[in-house]
Amino acid sequence: MPDPGFQTKDLRVWRRDSPQKLLVDLSLSVAPGEVLTIMGPSGSGKSTALSALIGSLPPDFAQSGDIVVNGQSVCDLPPHLRRIGLMFQDDILFPHLSVAENLGFALKSQRGDRKARAAKIEEALAAANLAGFGPRDPASLSGGQRSRVALMRSLLADPKVLLLDEPFSRLDAELRASVRGFVLEQAKIRAIPVVLVTHDAQDARAAGGPVVSPTGVPVAL
Amino acid sequence: MTKGAPAQVNPRWRWLGILVPGLIIAPIGVGLGITLAPLFLTPKAFQALFAWPGLGPATWVSLWSGVLATSLSLAITLVLVAVGWGTRPFRLLTRFLSPLLSIPHAATALGLAFLVAPSGWVARLLSPWATGWTLPPDLMILNDPLAMTLTLGLVLKEIPFLLLMTLAALPQSDASRRLMVTQSLGAGRVQGFCVAVLPAIYRQIRLPVYAVLVYSMTTVDMAMILGPTRPPTLSVQIVVWTAQGTADHRLLATSAALWQLGVVVLALIGWHLAERAGGLWLKSHALRGVHRGTMARWAEGGLAGLASALGVALVAIMSLTFLGLALWSITGQWTFPAALPHSFSLRVWMSGAPSLAEHSAHTLILGLVSAGLSLAMAVIWLALGAGQGRHHRWVGPLIYIPLLVPQVAFLPGLQVFALGLGWAGNMALVTGVHVLFVFPYVFLSFSPSYLAWDDRIARVAASLGATPLRILLTLRLPMLLRPMLTAFAVGFAVSVAQYLPTLLMSGGRVETLTTEAVALSSGGNRRLIGAYALLQMGLPALAFGLALFIPALIFSNRKGMEERHA
Repeated sequence: MPDPGFQTKDLRVWRRDSPQKLLVDLSLSVAPGEVLTIMGPSGSGKSTALSALIGSLPPDFAQSGDIVVNGQSVCDLPPHLRRIGLMFQDDILFPHLSVAENLGFALKSQRGDRKARAAKIEEALAAANLAGFGPRDPASLSGGQRSRVALMRSLLADPKVLLLDEPFSRLDAELRASVRGFVLEQAKIRAIPVVLVTHDAQDARAAGGPVVSPTGVPVAL
Repeated sequence: MTKGAPAQVNPRWRWLGILVPGLIIAPIGVGLGITLAPLFLTPKAFQALFAWPGLGPATWVSLWSGVLATSLSLAITLVLVAVGWGTRPFRLLTRFLSPLLSIPHAATALGLAFLVAPSGWVARLLSPWATGWTLPPDLMILNDPLAMTLTLGLVLKEIPFLLLMTLAALPQSDASRRLMVTQSLGAGRVQGFCVAVLPAIYRQIRLPVYAVLVYSMTTVDMAMILGPTRPPTLSVQIVVWTAQGTADHRLLATSAALWQLGVVVLALIGWHLAERAGGLWLKSHALRGVHRGTMARWAEGGLAGLASALGVALVAIMSLTFLGLALWSITGQWTFPAALPHSFSLRVWMSGAPSLAEHSAHTLILGLVSAGLSLAMAVIWLALGAGQGRHHRWVGPLIYIPLLVPQVAFLPGLQVFALGLGWAGNMALVTGVHVLFVFPYVFLSFSPSYLAWDDRIARVAASLGATPLRILLTLRLPMLLRPMLTAFAVGFAVSVAQYLPTLLMSGGRVETLTTEAVALSSGGNRRLIGAYALLQMGLPALAFGLALFIPALIFSNRKGMEERHA
C-alpha cells in the first residue's frame, strides 16, 4: 500500500523568460482528512501553483519536480485523469444545466444505472441540506447554496485531493463560517486531503493546518 | 489570475488545424492560377484588351466608385461612432445592424433602384406638384455614367459592416478611458476620438476596410443593377466576356481579370499610403495640442448634427427600399406619378409561386448546408487552438483572404477547373464555393464568443474527470448556443447574397433567389422583382429571428444563460 494522501516533491514553477525567479517552490505532504493552506497576497504565485497542481499551466511557464496523489505521480497525466477536485471563488456551476444535472456531470456515465445515479444525486443534495432542489435553475440559488452544490459536485467525482481556490471570499462573514465548516467537515468524513489557496488569514486560521507561501516559506498567522 | 492553457489536443488531430484554412486557400489559389495561366502562354491577350475602347472608362469608373464608396462608408462610420458611441440613439442604431447587414447586396440595389429611378418612389412623391413631371423624366439617375447611384448603394451596404467591425474593436482598444482622458484635457468628443481612439481602432479594422475596398471595386451584382452600362464596370465586363464563352472572349476576360487584379492591388497600396499620411497628420495635430476655440466647438456641434442626420438617413433609406419592394410585389396598378398604387393584387405571388418556391428551396439548401459546414469548420478550427497562443497572428489575415481576392479574379478559373473535372452544375460544388465566402463571416462572428468563454468552467469540469471532447460538446458549445446560432444566421445571410459564385459554379443550372432577382433586374417586371427581393430579405431575417428565439426557448428556465454569453 503506497503512502495515502497528497505530496509535492520539489515542485518548482518559473516563467520561461525569467528562469532565475521561482514563482512556486513547494515540498508538501497532506494526509487524508488534513488541510494545508497556501497563503499569499494576489500576484504571489498562488494561481500559478494551482494551475501547476491541476495540470493547466500556460505554455509560457515551466515546471520541475513531482506531484503525487495516493502514491502515484500525476505530473504526466492530463487534468481530467489527475483525480484532483477543484473549487473556485465563484462557485462555477454550469448555467445551462439544472442543479441535479450539475451534480450528475461528476458521475461516470454508465448505461443502465439511471436509478443509482438519481439516488446518488439525491443523497448528495440531502447531505448539502438541499433535498428537492434537483430540478432548480442554479441561478435561482443563494450564494451559500451554490457553494454547497459546487462542493457536492466535486465530491461526487470521488477526488483523491480537494483543491480550494479562495472558495469563501465571495460569501459574507456569517455564511462564510458555515460553508467553510461544511466543506472541511465533508473532506474529513471522506478522508480527502485538502489544499486551500487563499489570501485571507482568517480562512487559513479556521482551516487549522500548516500554512505556507507559494515558495514554501512557513507563514505565521 | 493566470490564464489557463488552451485545451490539449491529441497530436493525431493536429493536421486538421492546417486542413481548415487549406480548404479555403487552395481553391482560391487554383482558381487564380487557372484564370491567369493563359496569359503567360499568349502575351497577345493583352493586345486585344488594350484595343478595347472601353478599357479606360471601365477601369476609371471601377476605381472611382470603389474608392469613393469605401472612403464615404469609412468616414460616415467613424463620425457615427465618434459622436454617438455610448449614447442612447446610437445603441438603438446598433440594434438595426444585424438586420441591415443581412440584407443581400442585390436586394439593397434593387430597392434603391426602385427608389431613385426616374419612375421611382422619390420622383413619384415629388411629382407633379414639385417637379411638374407627369411622365417619368428622361434622366439617367440609374446606371449613371459617373456611378453615383452605385456608390450610394455600396455605401448603404458597407456602413453596417464597418460599423459592426468598429464596435467589435472598441472594447479591445480601451476606448472609453482614452476618451475620458482626452476630454479631461479639454478636447471635444470628436477631437479626442480622432487623436486617442482612432489610431488604435483603425489598426483593428484595417483588414475589414481593405475587404470593403476590394468588394466595392469589383462587385458584379450591384454594378449590374445600379452601375453604368456603356461601358460597365470592369468586373461586369469580365463576367459578360466569360459568359460569351468563345476562346477569344475567355482570353479577353482572363487578361481583364489580371488587369483588374493589378488595379485592385494598386488601389490597396494607394489606400495604405493614404493611411500612413493620415496617421502622420493626426500625430502632428495631436502635438499642437487641443483646440478649444469657438471654431472647434462649432465643428463639434456640426459633426454631431451631421451624425444624427446620417444615422436617421441610413435607417430611413433602408426602410424605404424595403417598403418599396414590398409595395411593388402586391401592386395591381400604379401609374406615374401617383405616390401610392391604385390597386393591390397578389397576382405575382400566386402566378410566380412555383418558381419562387423552387428558387427559395435552392437558396435554402445552399444557405443551410454552407452555413452548417462553415460553423462546423469554425468550431473544429477553434477547438484545435486557432486564435490562441503562438498561431494567433496568422488567423486574421488568413481569414480575410477570400474577402481580399476579387471574386472575378479566381472564380472563372475555378469554373474551368470544375468543367475539366466534369463537376459543373453540381449542387455540392456550388455549396463548397459558397463555403469559401461564408466561412470567414461565420468565423469572425463566432470566434470572439468562443474565446471569451470562461476558461475556469473547463478546469472545473476537467477536475470532475471530463475529457476535453466532453467539455467541448456538453459544456462549451451548449453554453455558446446563442452566438453559434447568430454566426449560423450570418453565414446563411452571406450565402443567400452570393451571386457570382452561384452563377459561375452552377453554369446557370442552380438558380437561386439572388441569381433570379439579378437576372430579372434588366427587365421591367417590378412586381416580380419586388417579390424576389422581398424573399431575399425575408429568409435571412427569418434565420436571425430563429437565432434569437431558439436559445430563449431552450434556456427559458436558465437565468444564467441570459445575455451574458450573447
